[in-house]
Amino acid sequence: MSEAAAPLGLAEERIGSGPGLLIGLCWGIVIGVMVLAAFGEWIAPNPSAQDLATGVAGPSAAHWLGTDDLGRDVLARLIVGARTAVLGPVLITLGSALIGTLLGLLAGYVGGLSDSVILRWADLMFALPGQLVAIVVVGVLGGGYFLAVAILIVLSSPYDTRLIRAATLEQRPRAYIEAARVLGLPGRRVAMAHLLPNLVPLIIASVFLGFAYALLALAALSFLGLGVGAGTPDWGRMLAEGRTLLFKNPAAALAPGAMLILTAASMNLVGDWLAERLSDRGRAR
Amino acid sequence: MPNAQWRAFLGKRVLALVVLLLVISIGVFSLIHAAPGSAEQMLLSGRRPPSPERVAAIQERYRLNESFLNQYGHWVTRAVRFDFGQSIRTGEDVALALRERAALTVFLGSYAFALIMAFGVPLGVLAAVKRGRGIDRATIALSVVGVSAPAFVTGIFLLYVFAVILGWFPAFGAGEGFFDQLRHLALPAVALALTGLAPIIRYTRTGMLEALDQDYIVFASARGLARRKVLFAYGLRNALIPVVTAGGLILGVMLTGAVLVEVTFSLPGLGALLIESVNFQDVPVVQALAMLTAAMVITVNLLTDILYLFIDPRIRFGKAAS
Repeated sequence: MSEAAAPLGLAEERIGSGPGLLIGLCWGIVIGVMVLAAFGEWIAPNPSAQDLATGVAGPSAAHWLGTDDLGRDVLARLIVGARTAVLGPVLITLGSALIGTLLGLLAGYVGGLSDSVILRWADLMFALPGQLVAIVVVGVLGGGYFLAVAILIVLSSPYDTRLIRAATLEQRPRAYIEAARVLGLPGRRVAMAHLLPNLVPLIIASVFLGFAYALLALAALSFLGLGVGAGTPDWGRMLAEGRTLLFKNPAAALAPGAMLILTAASMNLVGDWLAERLSDRGRAR
Repeated sequence: MPNAQWRAFLGKRVLALVVLLLVISIGVFSLIHAAPGSAEQMLLSGRRPPSPERVAAIQERYRLNESFLNQYGHWVTRAVRFDFGQSIRTGEDVALALRERAALTVFLGSYAFALIMAFGVPLGVLAAVKRGRGIDRATIALSVVGVSAPAFVTGIFLLYVFAVILGWFPAFGAGEGFFDQLRHLALPAVALALTGLAPIIRYTRTGMLEALDQDYIVFASARGLARRKVLFAYGLRNALIPVVTAGGLILGVMLTGAVLVEVTFSLPGLGALLIESVNFQDVPVVQALAMLTAAMVITVNLLTDILYLFIDPRIRFGKAAS
């Protein structure tokens, strides 16, 4: 979990000859997946149509990525599966950023008791492997996609909280905050209207960097049967179902796996690139 | 670090560990009340209809008629003796069930850890020494893939390439005897190692780059020492200090990875047991596994902190600049 919040510093260590090209490609993949998530059902209207007579089969002209054991078209499920792959992480990163911003501002700006309580809570969350906590809690509560999303919001929020708290502490002594306070503005107004806008670039970068982590954590839960319900086209779920079909139609498992890696890697690189551009260091260049 | 200071440090950290474990144990205990339906229903499911004696036995076992605090107190005094009751699914003693499954997970974990150390540290050193060249870029690309590819995805790809296409390794089973296990668990161990490899390479590379930037390295080279000696005896020794502190991080990554890898490769280890139990709402087993994991992670975090003091004399003797 701890890797999700901090920039990896990869954009800075240029990979290959054309980092611009690579970032462009990553943006292309990210936007492509977003489009599939929004309009997937129009492109592939019937992802759960079964053809039990055909059953599992390799790629063909009719089914480009073949079919799974129920004769369902893998490509159609892959396209429609983009929705659960994107929706959850969007909710997780935004929810976590919202909680993290509020708590981080509270801890950093107000300080005192609220600061120590929030810090202790974050320490507790850091001490545990987050994904295992998610498996146990989601599983015991009975599983489900939105339950998994809610638990992952709670588990990622301490990272955002600490990030925002640190940034708040850094902004607090600056002259513009002092000026606002001297004018007699109430603390809430200073924090929300004056300090917060300066944290927006950081929050955006954090949302992008957290996305890949959320995507993979959610897919892992669905893979383990704790996320989306049976029969839902979802990349994690498809991997679990296609796992036993490796000998008959490898694409049933490899295609959703490849989509997960491509999307996560693109998001990580885009997030890194954004973090660098949005930070002071990046702007100075 | 003077003796008294050292003792204060240790005391504080151990106290924090105990408090942390207490807080976690309250959470883990609460799981029996968190499951859908009443705690009794949950604990009695599987054997239907429950006899009045069994209901009474469960109520007595978990003190369900008493207050939450009493229930917790009773549960935790048993838990410290590793008595987590019986599995709902199998009726088996929980501690026994865990022991049966532990050997495979320990083997898999050690195997993966050995691979991480055997490849991660040399690759990190190589990347640092050949900074900016092909090998460096390749390791950076590897670490992007490492953080973007979870163990269950890499596991499937490894299975496909090395078991289905090439047929070098078996696709299923855990194997019997040491060498057979080594062969059967090779793919799962590699899948697991890949998740922990990226952070180790990055820590080693960063540590090595920092170490190679120091004056004593320039001086050692100027004195005409062999490059190998400068790199390993002077550079790597200092570069590895931050790597050790990543121990807790690696353990956390590998524990999650073990669950995913065991499910991917259908291996009957502790991780698979967790998923079976969670899917069956077999809360006593889940509680035992959760407590065991939490205790392990927290203890390793403490140990790495202590180890850190021991390997870096600057910190031990309180002479660190900052």
